[in-house]
Amino acid sequence: MTTTKSQVCVVIGASHAGVNFAFNLRREGWEGEIILYDIDTEFPYHRPPLSKAYLTSKDETDQSLLFPKENYTTDNITLKLGVGVERFNREEQSILLSNGSIQSYDKLIIATGARPFMPPIKGIETAKNLFPMRTAEDAINIRKAFKGSKEKRVVVIGGGYIGLETAASLKKLGASVVVLEREARILARVTAPVMSQFFTQLHQNNGVEILTTKNVVSIEPNGGCNMVVCDDGSQFEADLIVVGVGIQVNTELAQEAGLVIENGIKVDETARTNDENIYAIGDCTYHYNPHYNCCLRLESVQNAVDQGKTAAKAICGEAVIYDAIPWFWSDQFDVKLQMVGLSIGYNNIVVRDEEAENSFSAWYFKDDELLAVDAVNFAKAYVLGTKFIKSGQKLDKSKISDISIPFKPNSFLAE
Amino acid sequence: MAKITFITSDGKATTVEGTSGTVMELAVQNKIKGIDGDCGGVCSCATCHVHVNPEQWGITGEPDELESDMLEFDDNVSEYSRLSCQLKVSDALDGLELTVAN
Repeated sequence: MTTTKSQVCVVIGASHAGVNFAFNLRREGWEGEIILYDIDTEFPYHRPPLSKAYLTSKDETDQSLLFPKENYTTDNITLKLGVGVERFNREEQSILLSNGSIQSYDKLIIATGARPFMPPIKGIETAKNLFPMRTAEDAINIRKAFKGSKEKRVVVIGGGYIGLETAASLKKLGASVVVLEREARILARVTAPVMSQFFTQLHQNNGVEILTTKNVVSIEPNGGCNMVVCDDGSQFEADLIVVGVGIQVNTELAQEAGLVIENGIKVDETARTNDENIYAIGDCTYHYNPHYNCCLRLESVQNAVDQGKTAAKAICGEAVIYDAIPWFWSDQFDVKLQMVGLSIGYNNIVVRDEEAENSFSAWYFKDDELLAVDAVNFAKAYVLGTKFIKSGQKLDKSKISDISIPFKPNSFLAE
Repeated sequence: MAKITFITSDGKATTVEGTSGTVMELAVQNKIKGIDGDCGGVCSCATCHVHVNPEQWGITGEPDELESDMLEFDDNVSEYSRLSCQLKVSDALDGLELTVAN
């Protein structure tokens, strides 16, 4: 379609998805207004560093911005921070804002993301210095509470990436840290046992206590701090509690407006919802992935950025489909984990150990098809894994695990 | 302060000035086509790949292990490849000429 100056594109949510969408929409030739709303009052920032470099940085105002402030001006993108959206009216193509005003739209983009899931633990509402880790405010609160605490005893509830990254960062700052995981191993939802074992060892070697099969049932006041109690009777004193047990997708606005919800906001391959003027992008969407031939909801920067780019192109009339191979990363202590693909449905795994310490890769297969690669301090496996997943070339698994075979693109192809 | 020139895939040369941050950030700020910096500058996405003018290779220096591992199998790699998120803007880079890889 051709765009005109009188058109208005409204974006709800100014984080990775919404902001990248807005700049890409301008780049693709949208001539009309672009207005971004977010309830968060912070200037749009990168989220991944919050649990990593930001926590350990010296300067607490050292937020890493998604785009410099002047770019919003030069690209004529209007940013309205601290403004919530109450509901939208699809018939009239307008949204009602928390400040009572109404904004009409030609195209509406839902980039509402997700919020931390707070588990129904007795006493969680009244616990002292208990925070999730998702927003800049959360990270600032954690920094403050940590600084103000004398004994610096930290309990992290949940052994997923957020919990483990936060644990590693606080440990680096000198905390004593216990991670309580409900499942039998950390990272159980997202990786193979070999990865869980590695990260358990890594944390233990660095002095973080990792305890599994620990179901937290209550948090009780204990002098000036908290006592975290598990169902097996074990108890942990905590000056600071970080909760990282997953997210809840922000689908309420979409649902009330009658959009199709299925584990997230259902969108087609161009990120469009069942309303032709409404698109949804990022963590809040449930979308089809052609490569894996299944529908997915992904919590990642890659998905947020790439789906935003797809929606921008689609709105400006380009024939485009969203068919990215997902990728992720995590930094804990001196380890860089890079992941590509989706391991869901794997039935065998090949591990390649490099000679250097703490450097290896796990290759997830379904029969002979490569689904995903997790690379620990070995970016080559991540890059080559990406190529193999895309190309679908048949691989010889015995060669992958044989480190006497040099790590080159042609080394691992099946004869 | 450093003046850095980016040559994009359409052959256009753009010279911009920077004083701090990374070359990737400087490029994003100035909307240099082909430099996205999707991962925020942590050497994870390779969407900020540039080729250094061979005569100026001494100015930027070699990539470290993580960066060279990211680059080794990239389709557009050359012996003068760098990820611009790993280049810090400083006076030392004044006059640098970079060709955007993507």
